[in-house]
Amino acid sequence: MATLAATGPAPAIAATGLRKAYGKQVVLDGIDLTVAAGTVFALLGPNGAGKTTTVRILATLLAADGGEARVCGHDLAREPGAVRAGIGVTGQFSAVDDLLSGRENLILMADLHHLGRREGRRRAADLLDRFDLTESGDRMTATYSGGMRRRLDLAMTLVGDPRVIFLDEPTAGLDPRSRRTMWRIVRDLVGGGVTVFLTTQYLEEADQLADRIAVLDQGKVVAEGTADELKRRIPGGHVRLRFADAAGLQAAARALAGASRDDEALALLVPTDGGVRSLKALLDRLDEASIVVEDLSVHTPDLDDVFLALTGPGNERGPGNERKDRAR
Amino acid sequence: MTALSDAVVDSATMLRRNLRRMLRYPSMTLLLAGIPVVILLLFVYVFGGTLGAGLGAPGGGRGAYVDYVTPGILMMTVAAVVQGTAISVAMDMTRGIIARFRTMAISRASVLIGHVLGSLIQAVLSMGVVLGVALLIGFRPNADAVEWVAATGLLVMVALALIWLAVALGLASESVETASNLPQPLVFLPFFGSGFVPTESMPTGLRWFAEYQPFTPVIETLRGLLLGTPIGNSAILAVAWCAGIALVGFVWAMALFSREPRA
Repeated sequence: MATLAATGPAPAIAATGLRKAYGKQVVLDGIDLTVAAGTVFALLGPNGAGKTTTVRILATLLAADGGEARVCGHDLAREPGAVRAGIGVTGQFSAVDDLLSGRENLILMADLHHLGRREGRRRAADLLDRFDLTESGDRMTATYSGGMRRRLDLAMTLVGDPRVIFLDEPTAGLDPRSRRTMWRIVRDLVGGGVTVFLTTQYLEEADQLADRIAVLDQGKVVAEGTADELKRRIPGGHVRLRFADAAGLQAAARALAGASRDDEALALLVPTDGGVRSLKALLDRLDEASIVVEDLSVHTPDLDDVFLALTGPGNERGPGNERKDRAR
Repeated sequence: MTALSDAVVDSATMLRRNLRRMLRYPSMTLLLAGIPVVILLLFVYVFGGTLGAGLGAPGGGRGAYVDYVTPGILMMTVAAVVQGTAISVAMDMTRGIIARFRTMAISRASVLIGHVLGSLIQAVLSMGVVLGVALLIGFRPNADAVEWVAATGLLVMVALALIWLAVALGLASESVETASNLPQPLVFLPFFGSGFVPTESMPTGLRWFAEYQPFTPVIETLRGLLLGTPIGNSAILAVAWCAGIALVGFVWAMALFSREPRA
């Protein structure tokens, strides 16, 4: 039935020109995405960029106003049932039944996948074990911590052995330890051959997990590539030096060519790769010129920089960056 | 498996889920079943002596009033249970789990059918409790087996109709609070019908409403089946009302449920 002229293995997700608007407010303005099977794809963007809407469309929860998409080889609009049979979704908001225990939640999923009583129980026990929930498996999930709920949520998604898994901000609101546990779980999943489509606000998370990253801003994909490719487009980090008086700033600005001044804050921004060697060289140079620095901070690129660089009018260390520093 | 047997299996799964939830959160069930019992006791023991005398029945008094009021209290019981239906449907819709169900390859209607069957079981049990209390305090029906079956059938029909309406109200509600308030008038409807006093005793405008509202033919039919009073065309009207309400509730609920979820 499928008559795609594509060569090579079919992508797990292929979307072209997806659009969605609520009234006059355009949420998705024609986005194209291709996710190869067995890879992790991260959709990176700030609040309101359209990440969740994208997931909801690809997961058959919302109909797109325009464009088309195939997930697991099936057309979203024409065969939503076949798409649903192949996907698993873990949304931003916990999708567990509060009044059931962890085990009962998993068995509920097994029953809905028609796995049979024995197989359902076996799989529930397996997943509880795998997600470190065996001890609390028979407690009502209303008593679970945020990290436990998130793990159960993902475990429920896995009951039906989905081939494509959507994770909408899987680590939002989790403490660092739970976040790392979640990352390990995602890596294990991909090791098992499934495709993961995740959204995140954290550059680090995309960097840690994703084979490819798309940056979404105001409903448009503004950049796409591997983590390294994107980083090359981000302005480098810088060292921020603050001085006690204008004279110090003046002297330092003379000694360090290529730095940009912020007279108001008596600060100097010096581009750097953030490495210890270049930091030492910078300090040595200040020492040689006998310049006293009041305060020093190393600024590494973060998501803000990605956005300012990719969406702002300037590039390199543009005005956006300075504005941000001054605001601190 | 065919689509139909899938729907049956999934509905059974959803029913198990809802029954389990009711057991885990029994306070709502008990509270909703408790209200009609309290009203029954209140009307029989506080007002019953006087109201019973006013009925003009031979033997009059409290005993006659228990017989008179029990069918109306049974209607009130159904109304109280469906208030719980609307609340639990609305609660489900505001939770993330509904999005999970929507992204699974399951029969969509099963989510609602699970609620409907769960509420129906709840309604039958609650009516059983109310009937038990009524019998204890002197309700003396003279129905034969066939009449009991017919009365039970009618009560189940009413329950199904109001439950589907409540499911739609629960889906239409933006919040759980709204869902809890919307079906509230149903609980009071037996008062503005022949549930507590004969409609002939009411002023003209109210009497007109009382005679033509849906609960009155149902109550009159129940009275006829259980106590042998004349039924007339009430039975047909009762069945027609039930079918109409069930149809509206069902179509409305399915339309609301298949509507795109609010983002």
